[in-house]
Amino acid sequence: MNKNIVIIGGGVAGMEAAKQLLSLGYTPMIVEKAQSLGGHVASWYKLFPDMTPASAIVDQLRKDISGANVFTGTKVVSISKDRESYAVVLDNGVSISAQAILFATGFSLFDATKKEEYGYGVYDHVVTNGDLEAWFNGKADKRISSSPKAVGFVHCVGSRDLKAGNSQCSKVCCTTAIKQAIEMKEKFPEADIYCFYMDLRLFGKKYEDFYINAQRDFGVHFIRGRVSEVGETIDGRIQVKAEDTLSGKPLKVQLDTLVLMSGMVCNKSVGELAPQVRLDMDDDGFLRSKDNIYDILRSNRPGIFYAGACTGTKTVPETLAEARAAAVEIHNYLRNG
Amino acid sequence: MIYEGKQKIWSDYQKEIPDDHWYFVRSCIRQNFFPASERMFTEITRNRLGKDIYENPYHTTCGGIAYHCDTIPQETVMTIVARQFALMTEAGYENYVASCITSFGNYAEILETWREFPELEARIRENLWKACKKEFNKPKNLAHTSDLIYHWREKIAELGKFRLVDKETGEPLRIVEHIGCHYAKMFPHKAVGGAEYPYVLAGMVESWGGQVVDYPERRHCCGYGFRQYHVKANRGYSVSNTHKKFESMEPFHPDAIITNCPGCPYFLDRWQYVIAEQTGKTYGRNGFGIPVFTYEEIAGLILGYDPWDLGLQLHQVAVEPFLDKIGIEYDPKAKYLGLNKEDIMRPELPTSLKCF
Amino acid sequence: MADFGFRLSKSSTLDLDRIDTKVYDRLCDTDPDARTCMACGSCSATCTAAPFSGMSMRKVILGLQRGQDVRPMLSNCMLCGKCTMVCPRGINTRHLILSICRIYDR
Repeated sequence: MNKNIVIIGGGVAGMEAAKQLLSLGYTPMIVEKAQSLGGHVASWYKLFPDMTPASAIVDQLRKDISGANVFTGTKVVSISKDRESYAVVLDNGVSISAQAILFATGFSLFDATKKEEYGYGVYDHVVTNGDLEAWFNGKADKRISSSPKAVGFVHCVGSRDLKAGNSQCSKVCCTTAIKQAIEMKEKFPEADIYCFYMDLRLFGKKYEDFYINAQRDFGVHFIRGRVSEVGETIDGRIQVKAEDTLSGKPLKVQLDTLVLMSGMVCNKSVGELAPQVRLDMDDDGFLRSKDNIYDILRSNRPGIFYAGACTGTKTVPETLAEARAAAVEIHNYLRNG
Repeated sequence: MIYEGKQKIWSDYQKEIPDDHWYFVRSCIRQNFFPASERMFTEITRNRLGKDIYENPYHTTCGGIAYHCDTIPQETVMTIVARQFALMTEAGYENYVASCITSFGNYAEILETWREFPELEARIRENLWKACKKEFNKPKNLAHTSDLIYHWREKIAELGKFRLVDKETGEPLRIVEHIGCHYAKMFPHKAVGGAEYPYVLAGMVESWGGQVVDYPERRHCCGYGFRQYHVKANRGYSVSNTHKKFESMEPFHPDAIITNCPGCPYFLDRWQYVIAEQTGKTYGRNGFGIPVFTYEEIAGLILGYDPWDLGLQLHQVAVEPFLDKIGIEYDPKAKYLGLNKEDIMRPELPTSLKCF
Repeated sequence: MADFGFRLSKSSTLDLDRIDTKVYDRLCDTDPDARTCMACGSCSATCTAAPFSGMSMRKVILGLQRGQDVRPMLSNCMLCGKCTMVCPRGINTRHLILSICRIYDR
């Protein structure tokens, strides 16, 4: 079919949408700023709740979209309305007249250095959920102790935090923390693993079972209280303070590694593109859908569509489902003009 | 500890500190607690650095101490502050520097409140006019005196005779920095280095050759807390907070503590005596305590002033081991001689804490 | 000791590096379900003894997790078993109480 579709972002949303569009007979173009496809999922180790290797999902999708035009290491420089189409200019000099654009731009991990009290980038053994996944994947990281007596996870870092500018719940971090706590306990059965949470939001399929497993089978300690302050002891360990809200007392504990569950914020590069075609931003800093119930995949501009975490925090299955649906939305839009 | 990480945060919290022409106001209590500190500030800034530091003898308390003791309505405090600003305006200054941390916090809080609620500022202007027929401009720049010493720290190091270095080993001395709560915790952006990793004192320690000690309870309040100390029955609570800090810094073996608040050095110093009497525990080496200094006292030592002219004989914790370490000379016999060499009498010595 | 008219206060901070959870650990060996408590409080809400004695099964489990002596609280239990009926996690709380008493007796 002689219609150009540009998908901005080659993470799982962009790839899944491309796969569906290919099956509908289009030849979509994916523009990905990183050197390879896969987005955040490619840097993740295993996915909850079944501990599916993230690489399996990404590898499968890469195979599925072999017929698409893929530009990696490429950024969109500008988008402008050109009659019924959009002129999309890339930083490699290519420019495309696109009849439809799909934003599959995803999220950025909250910059944990903004929570100064947690000492990310200051104390020797403080890492983020992203750092830990990279370490699970084999990347060396001297901040992560190789023989820990105790490891802590701080939920809601940069999420549900008006002061950090993010009121939203990042949805996946509670389950991710439980997953990572179990993975650490599997590696270090003798270590005490602590999860510091405000609420546990385990809404998805089998997430609650995952929580019960972490409690009963792995003995992960769940402490209801937000970590307020982190310091470093003379021997380079991490001291955290929180309130044990269930007993109403202040609590402290020393840890060998502290993992900050950084939340999701809208991908920073969206801020440069959205104003060029006057896309609305929602109160939470993500792209605003035409309607948050009925029309999540449509923007306020005809021909521009959304899939995945560009409109809010999403899990991988939610993202994949949106990407499939977005392909159908685009197909209907192009067919009906 | 990743030093570059702290540097990155420090670069986010830099405030404008004009190089000259400051209207200076004193603290209510510092001249009693640390009699030479404010004197040292004017001595160093005027006579050694040649700066214009103007002081009007008619200035009063800022009201902050009563505000924090819950004994005065805030509108009254604001009107007192308005009069202070009027004196500054009349003297032709627009940079306002306070010697007290609580005053600094009080001024910052009031300026911020007026910015949010201009109608309140208008009412205070009216109050001031009714009370004493004065008008005022708000200061263009507000600083704490430690901001200024921080600003001129390299110059002081240049003029200095001594450095915070162990004369025997050549190693930097290990210094704990303690920031008054009201300096940065309410308005981190009005503080040098912010509230989590303040740089104002750390910068002085670094420039003067010492090494900053960061320990887990660094951010903890000294325990003064105004009402908590002023009511005798509550003092156990005050000293417990100080105790917590010392227990946390103990393994780091600091050589000294540098502070920028009127209350903190007093309580960090005096409570070491109380803790020693009650528990038998001391935190320095060989039965001594950890000496606690104001930044002006440290600056004075660096510049070579006589320790007894700096009022260090009024400290509870003996400062001599610290002076010996740097190689600062002093006459032990002159310790309790006043300015005119008259005997000012010797304090009773504690039972547990070693003092001279 | 000098009398100043005031003294150092005892800290209420729970220092997890210094607590002794032996009793809790032993309990989990025989009754691993104890670990699945999510502190919902329904056991305490339905407890016959709670309104008159401060008995709370939730606090008993939490107390053990924090290394506290829960015997004074446990002594108020009437072993009626209402708590077991309401537990959404299906923890046999009545059995837990008996197990805890057995551990203390040893």
